[in-house]
Amino acid sequence: MRARVLVRPKEGILDPQGQAVERALPALGFTGVSGVRVGRLIELEVEDPEQLPAMCERLLANPLIEDWEIES
Amino acid sequence: MKFGVVRFPGSCDDIDALHAAARVGEAVLLWHADRDLQDVDAVIIPGGFSYGDYLRVGAIARFAPVMEEVAEFARAGGLVLGICNGFQVLCEAGLLPGALLPNTSLRFVFRQIQVEVLDAETPFTCACTPGARLSIPVKHTTGRYHSSKPVRVLLRYAPGENPNGSQDDIAGVCNDAGNVFGLMPHPEHAVDVLTGSIDGLRIFESMRAYVGDRVVV
Repeated sequence: MRARVLVRPKEGILDPQGQAVERALPALGFTGVSGVRVGRLIELEVEDPEQLPAMCERLLANPLIEDWEIES
Repeated sequence: MKFGVVRFPGSCDDIDALHAAARVGEAVLLWHADRDLQDVDAVIIPGGFSYGDYLRVGAIARFAPVMEEVAEFARAGGLVLGICNGFQVLCEAGLLPGALLPNTSLRFVFRQIQVEVLDAETPFTCACTPGARLSIPVKHTTGRYHSSKPVRVLLRYAPGENPNGSQDDIAGVCNDAGNVFGLMPHPEHAVDVLTGSIDGLRIFESMRAYVGDRVVV
């Protein structure tokens, strides 16, 4: 099964990348954008999707600083 | 006293760490794929880009065979020092609390800075006086320390010196037991007047003094 894991900075953790993107958009004429957060997308082919949460907790994300979400 | 310096693929400060440790004792290299810690008294996880820093800094290195032994060594009370990438690896391995995030500037910082010794009652700082300032270089992109729980802080960036946005100006923390220490500045690059400061030696001298005392007892 093909799965997608979304990893993003936890709420309350400063995300300077998101801030930089947010500051860049108005320069291109895109206004009204706020709350930009930059994370990463991990795509996996998995035989047992039930293992995905453990994979996220132990390697794909660092739960101290990141939230993860599984899309399948 | 015998130090062991771990070399991962991508380590780059291992030679300087060996050199610094050799100024106060014996120093040997420990290969990431080996499980033999060669009866060392202390392990140093050096700076660099272990396993390319893929996924997150330190995330892959923590699964190296040598790290299983290092974790066991730490649990048994052995001294473990993590410098820069080594600090990141120890946090990812859960041997130290918290995590390191990208600098708020999103830039690589490389400069000599002042750090203050907050706690001089540990194996890593016992040769320092409390409140002493050390001049040590930093060089990193991911050094913003974060912990949602209280931590034991040994080193703090002096006022106005915080190079990365680290919470409470934290430069180095140890575990509750006090035998595992991680810091972003590089004491191994400050052991010779040629490079401007020998303050980094205090950390290695502290470790030697601590191990020496323990042997005598």
